[in-house]
Amino acid sequence: MICGMTAIAVTDLVKTFGAVRALDGLGLEVEAGEVHGFLGPNGAGKTTTLRVLLGLVRADSGRTTLLGGDPWRDAVELHRRLAYVPGDVALWPNLAGGEVIDLLGRLRGGTNARRRAELIERFDLDPTKKGRAYSKGNRQKVALIAALASDVELLLLDEPTSGLDPLMEAAFRDCIAEVRGDGRTVLLSSHILAEVEALCDRVTIIRAGRTVETGALADLRHLTRTHVVADLTGPPPDRLGGLPGVHDLRVDGAQVRCQVDGSGLDGLLGALTRVGVRGLVCQPPTLEQLFLRYYGTEEGPGGTGEGPGAVRDAEAATR
Amino acid sequence: MSSLAGTGVLVRLGLRRDRILVPSWIAVFVLMAASSAVATVDLYPSVGERMAAADAVNRSQALVAMYGRVYDPSSIGAISMIKMGGIGAIFVALLAIVLTVRHTRADEESGRLELVGAAATGRYAPLAAGLTVVAVTNVVLALLTGLALTATGLPLDGSFAFGAAWGGVGLAFAAIAAVAAQLTTSARTATSISSTVLAVVYVLRAVGDTASPAGPRWLSWLSPIGWGQQFRPYAGNRWWVLLITLAFAGVVVAGAFVLVSRRDLGTGVLPARPGPPVASPSLRTPLALAWRLQRGALLGWAVGFLLFGAVLGTIVSDIGGFLNSASARDFITKLGGEKALTDAFLALELGLAGIVAAAYGIQAVLRLRAEETELRAEPVLAGAVGRIRWAAGHVAVAVAGTTLLMACVGAGAGLAHGARVGNLGQTGRVFVAALVQLPAAWVLVGITVAAFGLAPRLAAVGWIALTAFLLLGEFGSLLGLHQWVMDLSPFAHTPRLPGVPVSAVPLVVLTLLAVALGAGGLAALRRRDIA
Repeated sequence: MICGMTAIAVTDLVKTFGAVRALDGLGLEVEAGEVHGFLGPNGAGKTTTLRVLLGLVRADSGRTTLLGGDPWRDAVELHRRLAYVPGDVALWPNLAGGEVIDLLGRLRGGTNARRRAELIERFDLDPTKKGRAYSKGNRQKVALIAALASDVELLLLDEPTSGLDPLMEAAFRDCIAEVRGDGRTVLLSSHILAEVEALCDRVTIIRAGRTVETGALADLRHLTRTHVVADLTGPPPDRLGGLPGVHDLRVDGAQVRCQVDGSGLDGLLGALTRVGVRGLVCQPPTLEQLFLRYYGTEEGPGGTGEGPGAVRDAEAATR
Repeated sequence: MSSLAGTGVLVRLGLRRDRILVPSWIAVFVLMAASSAVATVDLYPSVGERMAAADAVNRSQALVAMYGRVYDPSSIGAISMIKMGGIGAIFVALLAIVLTVRHTRADEESGRLELVGAAATGRYAPLAAGLTVVAVTNVVLALLTGLALTATGLPLDGSFAFGAAWGGVGLAFAAIAAVAAQLTTSARTATSISSTVLAVVYVLRAVGDTASPAGPRWLSWLSPIGWGQQFRPYAGNRWWVLLITLAFAGVVVAGAFVLVSRRDLGTGVLPARPGPPVASPSLRTPLALAWRLQRGALLGWAVGFLLFGAVLGTIVSDIGGFLNSASARDFITKLGGEKALTDAFLALELGLAGIVAAAYGIQAVLRLRAEETELRAEPVLAGAVGRIRWAAGHVAVAVAGTTLLMACVGAGAGLAHGARVGNLGQTGRVFVAALVQLPAAWVLVGITVAAFGLAPRLAAVGWIALTAFLLLGEFGSLLGLHQWVMDLSPFAHTPRLPGVPVSAVPLVVLTLLAVALGAGGLAALRRRDIA
């Protein structure tokens, strides 16, 4: 496995369906060997992007490179090296689940029989049921097993755990951790933030067909505010509210509550420790806050100072 | 009746969904009936000519088996509507089956019914609504047909009797399909079961109608198609027969509701069987998948074609003895055949079989579109499978399937005819006569592939083309259309074998045309987006 190489490189991708501009200059970069989260509100263009990557849909413009090839021109060759789990799994009503797993594996070029058996066990799937008899979650399992049972370099997963119960979701996370351990690449489109947080090295957030943010989760966190509650040993300093990056300051006796930008955290903590700290709760921004900020209807945080405001607005709305 | 709650809303939904499909079908039927009436009136202006033609039909076992009897030889209506009351009724029954399954089991299989069932709808509401849509369709069809036939100058009472006979056939098969839809979890299987019942009852009435007075004539009375004919439009208008049809439909529909009350949503009365936990080693290519998906249906079609051929071969052997009069000869010629009557009749019916085989080919190709829109093409194409290889699998099934069907009808007719006349040497001749229809059927396959590749939303254009060619062939000469219009149909160019010399040129041209259309469609498929 080649590390440090780019598995997926998409720039300025545009795709229109009639009058609808589904992808509007989207960019996406996935390094080989990483688990990359692909996030965005419903209708943002995630599935369309995946379908472009699969060569099912032809982009109007933009550059798309997948495993070093052109996904439209080299579809068949590239598909030997990747596996795909659609968000909406449709099975043939009269084919049993086990048959579908084998068929999809063979169409790709082979299935690892031992892993297939192991996965059926892990996901607790009855492979003798016919396609029409499976529930949504079980259909999802069939597609997941078919994808995970192969030795491909790249997994394209479109909301793969929708419909799975928490137990199966945990099994899925274990599987992805193993895939990462093997040095394989995963592009994971998901709405389940805990899953993204647990699995992904980096994320790309898109909205309305455009990339609004991309980077390591830790870096993205810096873009938004930490919630701080401090119990001080003495009276709080007067000039706390004037510190850079501190917002929503509330002082209740010796207790201080505020929001602070990532850049202002150091200054705030310095000021607090000078007084003396008895207790400190520092709550990092939750992913939900992060996403509310990007998913919200206002224009994304393309500008500098706008983003944190969006968080505040979102929080104000929930109060 | 809370178990029927929500039926009204569902009926409106059903009518909304079918606002194009149903009116188009009704229009085709009404036009077919009216043009048939107009053409026949022009053809037999005098009572004497009508009597001769009717006599010719009634004395031919083959024609009686195929269409039914003319119950009043002096009635222009009875002779005009002979084909419409027989073959036409089959299409009315098919429409009822397709509509009923579409509004019951198909919705349930796709999961849409679950959404509806979770709303404030009663347990019986979906079936009641589906049947209401089909009933409305058939009542409208009956009334419009009656009006249109009256407008052509046929007697009013007979015209509405004919419309009611058609509507009755539709209602009876809606009821049969409603029961079939409760038996199995698959809409396709429900359609197959109902179509099999249709084939059986058509044969029942054929046997009953051709039986001698001492023979099992009562068999016609076991058949909803037979009831439609025993109604005797323009030849007595026995309205009481309609009561039998309605009573039958009522009892069978009641049975369907009983079945609904005894089963769970999403299940059938027949138990679902488990499948193999691993795929057979041969299931590894798109072609193998296409074959696996389509083999069951093809087997059913093949059995049907074999039986049709056998019936055809048996009855055609009697035809020569009966059709000696000039008027009989004339009637057969008007029906589209020519020259030696046995051969002409065989050629006529094998031509019809070719059209039906083309219908098989069209629906086999349209499986591609269903796979695409129902998102089952996606996982296949996400494998190391090129689009052409994927599509070619289903196209190969369509081409091979049409070939198999025509071979079946040819073998059935040839063997039965040969055995009947004591000369199995006839077999090969009839077999070849069946196979020469194939290039025309392949053209329809090619048209469908081309539409699928170029304009996937219009993939059903194959059906429109087939309907147009069928109407041209059936009514073109009756309507006195120009030859070049009739020549638009590929079926106008296949040799009317047996009995005429074969010319290879049209066969080669049709085959090349089919290949060109198919290749064009596949090339276009490479360039377009997959839904």
